[in-house]
Amino acid sequence: MLHPITPTHYLVLGAALLAIGTIGVLARRNIVIILMAIELILNAVNINLIAFSHHLRQVHGQVFAIFVITVAVAEAAVGLGILIALFRNRQTVEADEIDLLKW
Amino acid sequence: MWIDTLFFYLFALITLAGAVLTVTRRNAVHSAVSLILALIGVAGLFLLQKAEFLFAVQIVLYVGGIMVLFLFVIMLVNLDQAARLRQFNRQWWLALACVLAVAAEVIYVLRRGAAAFRYALPEERATAAGNVERVADVLFKEYLLPFELASVLLLAAIVGAVIMARKRT
Repeated sequence: MLHPITPTHYLVLGAALLAIGTIGVLARRNIVIILMAIELILNAVNINLIAFSHHLRQVHGQVFAIFVITVAVAEAAVGLGILIALFRNRQTVEADEIDLLKW
Repeated sequence: MWIDTLFFYLFALITLAGAVLTVTRRNAVHSAVSLILALIGVAGLFLLQKAEFLFAVQIVLYVGGIMVLFLFVIMLVNLDQAARLRQFNRQWWLALACVLAVAAEVIYVLRRGAAAFRYALPEERATAAGNVERVADVLFKEYLLPFELASVLLLAAIVGAVIMARKRT
């Protein structure tokens, strides 16, 4: 009844996690939660990289995952800095209320 | 290897449940705690695939570092009135429909192409070096330039974050 786990299992899980993260980015209004959803998307990428690394018996995928984590850290730090500056100026964290450039 | 299968489904359940809770909770602190759950599930999946170094990095860096950063910002930014507002924007149903369609398509194609993974693979070499040694070997020999560029990127991110969050004088 319990099948062995194939790379396809991991890829499907990664696709599902990517979809959930994308819904979070597109549909939520709170910018903090949008940033968290971006972290979910990057983790979906990492699942795929590690699945291929394990399947091909090479560690290159794991090295790439380290770089993805590095970029995620940099993105979170700068994003949260921008969020603090934004909150100081506009007193809001709702993504659709920040429409100065909209006509 | 039914125990591997069991643990895969356990960690997959933890990950997906944490992810769904992250994007649906009203309170940002609840979202952050759910995100910790999802990240721990992903760490378990790394361990299941013999990526022990990535497992440690995931726990220390994500759960210990990034999530503390998120919680600090949640405390700094007053989210009490944001929790009382509408949580999803007006086009949420359109986003949901499009993303579900794309996800169904991708998962269908992945499942149809599952046979493509059954090619002959190199045998698992019994090397004395552990996972950390092998990752370090590849990282510092073949990916040395990207590694140094990553340090420049982190430096730029630190400076940028400080300048962004600093008070105007």
